Amino acid sequence: MAGRTVEFALSTPVLDQHGRVSHAPLGAPAQGEDDLHGEHMLINIGPQHPATHGVLRLVIELDGERVVRVIPHIGYLHSGFEKLGEYRHYNQIVPLTDRTDYLSPMANNVGLALAAEKLMGITITERCQVLRVIACEMSRIISHLVWLGTTGIDLGAFTPFLWTFQQRERIYDLQESWTGARLTTSLTRVGGMMADVPEGWEDGLREFCRTFPTTLREVDTMFTRNAIWIGRTQGVGAMSSADAINYSLSGPMLRASGVPFDVRKDRPYLGYETYDFDVPVGEHGDVYDRYRVRLEEMWQSARILEQALDRLAKLAGAPINVADARVILPGKRQAMSDMESMIHHFKQVMEGVKAPSGEAYLPIENPKGELGYYFVSDGTAKPVRWRIRPPSFINLAALPSLCVGALLSDVIAINASVDIVMGEIDR
Amino acid sequence: MSEHPSVAALRARFGAALAGASESCGDTIVRIKADRALEIFTWFRDDPAQSYDYLVDVTAVEYRDPELPLEVVWQLRSLTHARDLRVKVTLDKAGPLEVPSVYDLWRGADWLEREVYDMFGISFAGHPDLRRILMWDTYHEGHPLRKDFPLRGHFSRAEQTRQALAANPEAHYSMEELSIAESYDDLPVDMRDRLARGERGTV
Repeated sequence: MAGRTVEFALSTPVLDQHGRVSHAPLGAPAQGEDDLHGEHMLINIGPQHPATHGVLRLVIELDGERVVRVIPHIGYLHSGFEKLGEYRHYNQIVPLTDRTDYLSPMANNVGLALAAEKLMGITITERCQVLRVIACEMSRIISHLVWLGTTGIDLGAFTPFLWTFQQRERIYDLQESWTGARLTTSLTRVGGMMADVPEGWEDGLREFCRTFPTTLREVDTMFTRNAIWIGRTQGVGAMSSADAINYSLSGPMLRASGVPFDVRKDRPYLGYETYDFDVPVGEHGDVYDRYRVRLEEMWQSARILEQALDRLAKLAGAPINVADARVILPGKRQAMSDMESMIHHFKQVMEGVKAPSGEAYLPIENPKGELGYYFVSDGTAKPVRWRIRPPSFINLAALPSLCVGALLSDVIAINASVDIVMGEIDR
Repeated sequence: MSEHPSVAALRARFGAALAGASESCGDTIVRIKADRALEIFTWFRDDPAQSYDYLVDVTAVEYRDPELPLEVVWQLRSLTHARDLRVKVTLDKAGPLEVPSVYDLWRGADWLEREVYDMFGISFAGHPDLRRILMWDTYHEGHPLRKDFPLRGHFSRAEQTRQALAANPEAHYSMEELSIAESYDDLPVDMRDRLARGERGTV
């Protein structure tokens, strides 16, 4: 913890008549009983526990209040998505991705379509790119808002949870009017989108971008210089940049440790290199820095959204789907009146879109970290292997080493800071 | 497109251990021999011209054609040189399904290798804690992502329910946890014996 000092002495320690500390400042270990003669205690948290953010079970071995070992147990939500994907056409996999990281379904849809397009060598239209950028950044904002609110609750701050969920609700309304669903969006198709945004929708998003930073400012006021928040987060669950790389962390977890890797900047997709935005990078790799990184990312997402909306206005009326009848379903009217379109429709629905033999790995920067989809094709319409590189799963794998030596209460803070979503971990 | 710089360096240094290099959708893939894999991975990580310091993913592929071998796939990334490389080892299904673990090189491999073991039944020699991760310890239907594993599992829903009801719940706790639990002394003697021998629970 080089060069970081925080003053948060709320009261002076006073000894009562038995010689015990009665007012302990935050951060100073209270004088307790001797430990249980070195005997270790086993604590079970979850799988049904609000602070584990889903069905995660942690078995914690304690020496007094210090964590000796954490054994995570996962798999309670295992649904076999990767196996299911091998039995589905590429477009039929899109609904499965809604249900992996269910806090950012639209970004997952985009990643899947991009991976399938890389495999098939399809170049999407400009308007489609902009719409997908909007989908990704909206997802980043809602995912981080959920993270911010629930982490606040985990550390005892209830009000910001209500503020952030109020804002998240506004994006859900926008998502609903675009895709017809709040969560199971299934927004993308290979080669395009399920739908263009409805009339006047951009105004709603612009209004959101203009007003939701108020909430960020409020949360910033509540947390960033709050003695309790700082006491619970600074220096807790810290990881050096070398370790973060070695543990394959990604996303805000990696950047909070000081590694400036962002897939949007370093492996650009969807034309992210043409957008003007900054990548926040932390310094200490602790829970506090992860909070700062995610908070700043929401500001940056709002910046990207505004630029994307400007571009969208210039591309009004441009096509969202590639002009390839083998890939994109014809319109209903065409399919019912034109023989050729009907054949295309029939072949796509019955046989699916065939991908050439080969394989492709495509990473995108999801709110949780690097989400990669790896397809292996043998030339048929269904992938031989569909692999999800799950950011939460790999970030959570570092939890046991982050928690060793911490206090039991810190485990809650550290686990919250990893920002996991069990649907993606268990798949 | 010019050849990936790591391919030429790998060929120059390890020669015969490089079983082939190819490209698919712009990604470079190298195939290496399993017996020298660990040596090559160490070189990939530590050689300054390579410095693949970041392990993106470990997974496996089984093709629909039963004649084709299994493949273990490592996605490597060098943050220093901004390069990606996919490394593959092929495993004959008739032989032992084992590759060396890269846990000591990249700690991120810990759960990824456990998942491949769980889903494909491929062992990683040298992994300190290779046990199932998504399925439970005592799961014995096989390895779900193998092609000979039916989509709905080997057992009918009724049979799965029957087994779940007949199961001994204690068997779902790992022996490792039970050995430090408070109730250790209350366990039946035979169970404590099995724990002492390091045995896992059975349903």
